[in-house]
Amino acid sequence: MAGRVYIVGAGATKVGEHWDRSLRELAVEALLSAVKDAGIDKRDVEALYVGNMMSGMLQGQEHLGALVATWAGIPGAAACKIEAACGSGGVAVHQAYLAVASGLYDCVAVVGVEKMTDALPSDASAALATAEDQEYVVFTGATFVSLNALLYRLYLDRYGVKQEKVAAFPVHCHKMAVNNPYAQFRRAVTLEEVMASPLVADPLRLLECAPIGDGAAALILCSERYLKRNPRDELVEVAGTAVATDVLSAHERRDPLAVAALRRAVEAATRRAGVEVADIDVLEVHDAFSILGVLSLEARGEGWRLVEEGQLEPGGKIPTNTMGGLKARGHPVGATGVYQVFDLVVQLRGEAGANQVEGAELGMAQNFGGVASTVAVNVLRRAR
Amino acid sequence: MVWVESAPRAWREGTRRYRLIGGKCPSCGGLVYPHRQVCPYCGREGLEAVALPRRGRVVTYAVVRNPPRGFEGREPYVIAVVELEGGARVLAQLTDVRPEDVRVGMEVEAVFRRYREQSPSGVIEYGVKFRPAI
Amino acid sequence: MKFTATVGVAGYGAYVPAFRIKGEEISRVWGDAAPVREKSVPGPDEDSLTMAYEAAREALEMAGVRPEEVGAVLVGSESPPYAVKPSATVVAEALGVTPRVVAADLEFACRAGTTAMILVAGLVASGAIRHGLAIGADNAQARPGDELDYTAGAGAAAFLLSGDRSRLLAVLEHAYSFVTDTPDFWRREGESFPRHAHRFTGEPAYFRHVVSAARGLMEEAGLKPSDFDYVVFHQPNVRFPLRAAQLLGFREEQVKLGLLAGEIGNTYAAASLIGLARVLDHAKPGQRILVVSFGSGAGSDAISLVTTEVVGSRKSSLERLLARRAYVDYALYAKQKALLRVA
Repeated sequence: MAGRVYIVGAGATKVGEHWDRSLRELAVEALLSAVKDAGIDKRDVEALYVGNMMSGMLQGQEHLGALVATWAGIPGAAACKIEAACGSGGVAVHQAYLAVASGLYDCVAVVGVEKMTDALPSDASAALATAEDQEYVVFTGATFVSLNALLYRLYLDRYGVKQEKVAAFPVHCHKMAVNNPYAQFRRAVTLEEVMASPLVADPLRLLECAPIGDGAAALILCSERYLKRNPRDELVEVAGTAVATDVLSAHERRDPLAVAALRRAVEAATRRAGVEVADIDVLEVHDAFSILGVLSLEARGEGWRLVEEGQLEPGGKIPTNTMGGLKARGHPVGATGVYQVFDLVVQLRGEAGANQVEGAELGMAQNFGGVASTVAVNVLRRAR
Repeated sequence: MVWVESAPRAWREGTRRYRLIGGKCPSCGGLVYPHRQVCPYCGREGLEAVALPRRGRVVTYAVVRNPPRGFEGREPYVIAVVELEGGARVLAQLTDVRPEDVRVGMEVEAVFRRYREQSPSGVIEYGVKFRPAI
Repeated sequence: MKFTATVGVAGYGAYVPAFRIKGEEISRVWGDAAPVREKSVPGPDEDSLTMAYEAAREALEMAGVRPEEVGAVLVGSESPPYAVKPSATVVAEALGVTPRVVAADLEFACRAGTTAMILVAGLVASGAIRHGLAIGADNAQARPGDELDYTAGAGAAAFLLSGDRSRLLAVLEHAYSFVTDTPDFWRREGESFPRHAHRFTGEPAYFRHVVSAARGLMEEAGLKPSDFDYVVFHQPNVRFPLRAAQLLGFREEQVKLGLLAGEIGNTYAAASLIGLARVLDHAKPGQRILVVSFGSGAGSDAISLVTTEVVGSRKSSLERLLARRAYVDYALYAKQKALLRVA
C-alpha cells in the first residue's frame, strides 16, 4: 500500500520572456520559492526531479538534475531530469509522487522549467517537433503546430462544428488569466480577434496556439511521517496520479480523435484517488492548441458547448483552466505540468482571488506530451 | 531540421521512404507505414514488409506557413494524412497543388520528391509525396 | 551502327512538371522576345533525379518487367542534384532494381539521354543484360535574363530497352553518332549557370552535328527522309528543329508531332526523348521513326526505330501531364527554381 503524499510547498515564476534570466536561475527561483512556501529547510530535500523538454537543444545543456541541485544549494540530492516532451512536468510530478509513496524518500522537490526565448522561433519550433517521430513525421516538414492542425480539421470535418466554436476556448483562457499574476498574458481577447489572427498552420490561427515563453514552477512533496515532524495548516494531497501513452503519431491511431491516453490516465488516476470524474471541482486541461482544450473536455460532453455555455468558469459546471491555462498563463513546455499543479494548489488552498472556485476540494491536472502521446494526470485533494 | 547531420540515417531509411514499404501484421491484419518490428496495435512481432498501394485519399491536411529549419523557402506547403487503398495511413506532403485547392477526400497518388537537405552542403533526402491523381 | 541482335523499346515513360511560365511573362521581366510560347517549370521539390524516377517507373510499369530483371540504369543529365554522387543509384534504389545492376550517370549536355539509349541497347543486344533503362532528365539552369532563361525547361523521358521480341513496341534499327570538340556551351566547376557562345551554337554546333548524324544514319542504313513517318530532333526552341528538317529534306508534318519545345521549352537531355515518347503514343504499327539529339560540346546521336504491331496498346501519361498546366509568374518561377536565396 502506497504511503500518502502531500504537497506542502509551491512556487513559480511569472511566465514570460525572461531575457535577463537563465534556465538555471528560473529553476532556482521557483524551487526556493516553493521551499519558502513549505517553510522547510531546503537541506531536507532528498530527491529532485526536473521536468524539462528542450534544454539539450536550446541551451545545449543536459544533466539538469545536478545543475539545478548545485545552483539551488542542495548538491547531494538524488536528482535527475524527467523528459516526456510537453508532458515532462506532469510526469515529473508523477515520479516525485512515486519516490515519496514508495517510502524511500520523505521530502522530494519537483521543478518544471523551460527557457524557450534563448532560441529563434524556427529553432524552438524544430525543438518542439522532437516530440514526434523524426524519421517519418518531422521528416515531411510537419511542425508540431501543423500536426495539431491535422486533428483540428478532422474534428471540424467529422462533427460539422464551426471553427468559431472551438476558437472560443482561448477567449475563455485569456479572460481567466487577467486575474493571475503569474500569467504571460493578463489581457482578454475577443473571438473576433482570435478569428482574425494570422493562420499559423491552417486551420489553426495564432491566437489558438499557446505562446512561446519561459518559466519555472516547483513543488515540495512529502510523506505523512515528514509532515508529523513539520506540521502545517494548508495541505493538499496528491490523491491519485497516472501516466499513459498512446501510439506516438496520431495518424497511426485507430481513431486519431479518441485521445485514448487521456481516457486511460484519467481512469487510472481517479481509481487510485477513489473519486469519480464528476467529483472534480477544478480542472486543468492541456490547451496547447484550442482543439486540444476542446478534445480534453469531450468526456464531459461536447467540449465546445461547455465553453459556449460558460461552464468552464468558476461557478460553472466544470471550472477549467481557471488561471488561464496554457494559452494565457503560458506554456513553457517542460514546466507546464508543474504549473498546472501549482494552479490547482492555489485553488485548493483558496488563494485564487477573483477566480476562486468556492469550496474546491478536488482538482485534476491533465498534461500532454506530444499530440496526447503521453498523458500525465494528477488528482489533488484538499486536506486538513 | 536535422540536429546532427547523418548520412547513415538517411541511408538506413531510404528504401522504406522511397518505395512506401509498410508492415502488415499477420495477427490483426493491421497495416502500418513504415515497416517496423512490432505491430503497434496488437504487439505481434515479425511484421511482413509490403510495398503499399500508391493511391489513396486525403483524410485531413494542414498548411505549414512557419516552416522548421531545412524547409525554409518552401512555405506555404501542405502536409496531409493519406489513407492508401487497403487502409494504411501515411503522413506526407502534398505536392503540385495549391493549399487552397486541397480537399478532404481528394484522390491522390504517390510521386518521388525531394524532402529536405540536411544542410546546404549536406545529404539530400528524398521520399514519397502525393499529388492530385491525374 | 546496326544492332545485329533484336533490341527495342518494351516500355517508355515521360515526365513534365505541373508548372509553366509563359514566354511573354519572361519578356515582361527581361524585355526580349520569347522564342517559345511557354516552358515547363519544376516544382520546388523536383530535380533531374526525381523526374528521372517518374519517367523510369512509368517505363518499367508499361513494360511489365519486374524491377529485379532490369540490368542497367543509365541516367543522362547535365543537372544532377549532386556534383559528385550518382543520381542513378537513387533512381535504381527507388525503383527497386538495386543492387545487381549496371548503374551510372552520363553527362553530355543535352545529348546524354540518347547516348544512354545507345549504350543500354548495346548491352541488351550483346546479351549481357535482358532489360535496361535509359533515361534523359534535366532541370535546365539558366542565368536569369540570359537567352537561355526564355527556354530552359524541365522534364524527363525513360526507355526500357529489351531483347524480348514479344514485349517490344518498337525495334531499334540503326544508330549513328557524330561527335567533335566544339565549345558552344559549357559550365565550369563551381559555377551556377552555364555560358554559351551565342550564334556559334547554331551553324557550327547544332546544325552541323544534327545534319551530319541524320545523314550518316540514312547513308549507312540506305534510308531517305521519305522512308520515315516521323522525325524528332533535339529542340532548344521551335525554329532550330524545323530548320534542320528543311536542311535534311523532311516535311513539316514529319516533325510536328514530336516537337514540343513551344509548350515545354528545352528540356535538354530529355528533349528529343520526350518527343519520341509523344510519337510512340500516337504511332501505328510498322511506322519508322528517326530521332536525332544534339548536345553541346558537341555531338549528335541519330537512332531509327520501327514500331511493332503492339505499339499504341500501351501509352504514356504524357498527354495528361501536358494537359495539367499551372501557370506561375516570374516571381514564383524564381522561387521554385531556387533563384531566390532564403537560407
